[in-house]
Amino acid sequence: MALVLTEEQSMLRDSARGLISDKAPVAHLRGLRDAKDTIGFSRELWKTFAEMGFSGLLVPDQFGGSGLGCVEAGIVMEEIGRTLMPSPFLATSVLAASALTRGGSEAQKAQHLPKIADGSLLAALAIDEGAKHRPLQTKLQATRAGNGFKLSGDKAFVVDGHTADLLIVAARSAGSAGDKNGLTLFLVDPRAKGLTVERTAMVDSHNAARIVFENVEVNADHVLGEVDQGFALLEGVLNIGRGAVASEMVGLSDEVFGRTVTYLKERKQFGKAIGEFQALQHRAAELYIDIEITRAAVLKALQALDTDTAKAATAVSVAKARAGTTATRAVQEGVQMHGGMGMTDQFDIGFFMKRARVCQELFGDSNFHTDQLASGKGY
Amino acid sequence: MADLEKFRAETRAWLEQNCPAEMRKPMTSDGDTFWGGRNTKFSSEAQRVWFERMRDKGWTVPHWPKEYGGGGLDGEEAKIVRQEMAAIGARQPLTSFGISMLGPALLKYGTEEQKKEHLPKITAGLIRWCQGYSEPNAGSDLASLQTRAVGDGDDYIINGQKIWTSYANYADWIFCLVRTDPAAKKHDGISFILFDMASKGVSTKPILLISGYSPFCETFFDNVRVPKSHVVGTVNRGWDVAKYLLQHERAMISGMGERGVGRPLGQIAADSVGADAQGKLDDAQLRSQIANFEVDEAALAAAAERAVDLAKAGQSHPAFSSAMKYYGTELNKRRYEILMSAGGIDALEWESDRSRGGARPRAWLRTKANSIEGGTSEVMLGIVAKRILDLPGA
Repeated sequence: MALVLTEEQSMLRDSARGLISDKAPVAHLRGLRDAKDTIGFSRELWKTFAEMGFSGLLVPDQFGGSGLGCVEAGIVMEEIGRTLMPSPFLATSVLAASALTRGGSEAQKAQHLPKIADGSLLAALAIDEGAKHRPLQTKLQATRAGNGFKLSGDKAFVVDGHTADLLIVAARSAGSAGDKNGLTLFLVDPRAKGLTVERTAMVDSHNAARIVFENVEVNADHVLGEVDQGFALLEGVLNIGRGAVASEMVGLSDEVFGRTVTYLKERKQFGKAIGEFQALQHRAAELYIDIEITRAAVLKALQALDTDTAKAATAVSVAKARAGTTATRAVQEGVQMHGGMGMTDQFDIGFFMKRARVCQELFGDSNFHTDQLASGKGY
Repeated sequence: MADLEKFRAETRAWLEQNCPAEMRKPMTSDGDTFWGGRNTKFSSEAQRVWFERMRDKGWTVPHWPKEYGGGGLDGEEAKIVRQEMAAIGARQPLTSFGISMLGPALLKYGTEEQKKEHLPKITAGLIRWCQGYSEPNAGSDLASLQTRAVGDGDDYIINGQKIWTSYANYADWIFCLVRTDPAAKKHDGISFILFDMASKGVSTKPILLISGYSPFCETFFDNVRVPKSHVVGTVNRGWDVAKYLLQHERAMISGMGERGVGRPLGQIAADSVGADAQGKLDDAQLRSQIANFEVDEAALAAAAERAVDLAKAGQSHPAFSSAMKYYGTELNKRRYEILMSAGGIDALEWESDRSRGGARPRAWLRTKANSIEGGTSEVMLGIVAKRILDLPGA
């Protein structure tokens, strides 16, 4: 498969870019932040997303979606990254849609997927517990009780946790932290007794929540996939999420870079454009090269997720690790080259820096994925 | 698509049948590369067999037109041949600057007569070419070159000196930049010309490098007589040809690190630093360096693949090969720094059989030229800044 977008994919990119740049420029995020908006995104815009078929992008045709793949989801994520648009797209349309499509029973799929596609159901994936992404270390306990399970423990960094109508929760039903066996995924109603959601205001003004489970009862038919064998399903879903976030970081990096190069051409000091100085030219060129190489690695990973699942894990680790370091470099160079203006809240660059830091942590930072690659290769 | 899958299956079967087992092992020395040329010798029977089979198939250069000795394959087919060769670890049957540098320039700028004369001798491995670009006072500032070509009837008389001429002492012919109009601005008075290294007045002198090898030469021209018909492209417009050729040269150099060193870095390191019960290297810093390197290496491989695909789709920037050259060469230097660190004191032996004549340290030192030859890293960044990013200034 060629590592370029097809004509259809280019059209999807153009229509996503058109909508997002028009309805949700960075000012949109700024407005939600300044208003201390309690939802954290625009429900109206989400409706438009659904009308344009974006919310059901990964949902199979028979459940009302478009049945497209990770490359297409990545295309939308890249455009989201360009304007930092807060959107349920990642949690609901990428993560939850993938989890249900891959692991759901026919009944579960029929119940939830059409609502994801039409935009009426919001979902969230609850994985992380500690300060760092370590899915194998999951401790939240699932204990058998009657015709089901009781969940007890804490989750953190649950993207869109406070607005979700449905939670997908990773829990330990057997074994101990660190074991691959003994993980189970549950579909949980956030209004269930014993469940407390606290929205956490984050540095990037995007949604996240801490959720506490105290003997939350879950019926056995709300298990997603197999009891105790949830890790493979979870890893598959996380890899899709990682590819999607890597795409977001490519969009973010490219946008910061474009704004920075424009500034280098406009800003004058010592009687000339600062972009004439070789010290800045070479740094800008290096960053450009970094972004282009990362862009290829991310597209490679997205294609692998769609076609070659055996190779996808390594390709995803490469993509997420690269995207993390590239975005970190892009936002730091962005602020530095904007000088004092880059430090002001009035300039948008700071929003990109904040979001890049969050994207690094989402589903494993560069260190995590570099380590995964090394372990995968047996050293 | 179905046709391509059929082509892939046929290619796989043909390679399986025709590529000798010895030619599927990683190369371990310079002798493993077959360069062709008038005075060439095969280092093994397998090397000869492999070369001749690929030559007869037209696959020493699969993507060149058939009338010039190539395989006549389109971009997709040529990619399949590359992929299937890589899949079995098949060596290049023929390596030459004729293929990677001169050929593309001749295909674009050469007359039909020049193409017919030179390209088939390149694909058949009959003529080995060298590149006469750099001069003692024209390195990064290549366009300031001083080698003079003065008209004399139907000929030019060439005088001057080139330096860093790779394998000039083994080459049969040279593609050379000469100044044909000293009065013009420096980029405007240059011509691109071809001549036989056996011509009267040509001499070469190998330069001993820090690796102990002498892959580069000084090349001297003392009243060398060359027919004017040997100019490629327009007289005094040789800079266009030179730049076009450099794009291909840079693409080639950026890919040099892809020639695998055989065993994975992680295993090589495990041999010397040891590993714990889980197989993790006992040197955590080295492990992290290797892993970071391999992330970047995989990303670069994707970018190289994408660059080819973009070119096919007509979406590539002509200066992008400078970006790839920069990244590929810096990465290859990193690879060898890691290999040296992983090898420890074993990688310091210079002459023993045990160290295959100091193969690793010599290769390590050789890589230091990667970010200098074909345009320095700094020149590459300057090209990206100006031609792709359109940043202002000289």
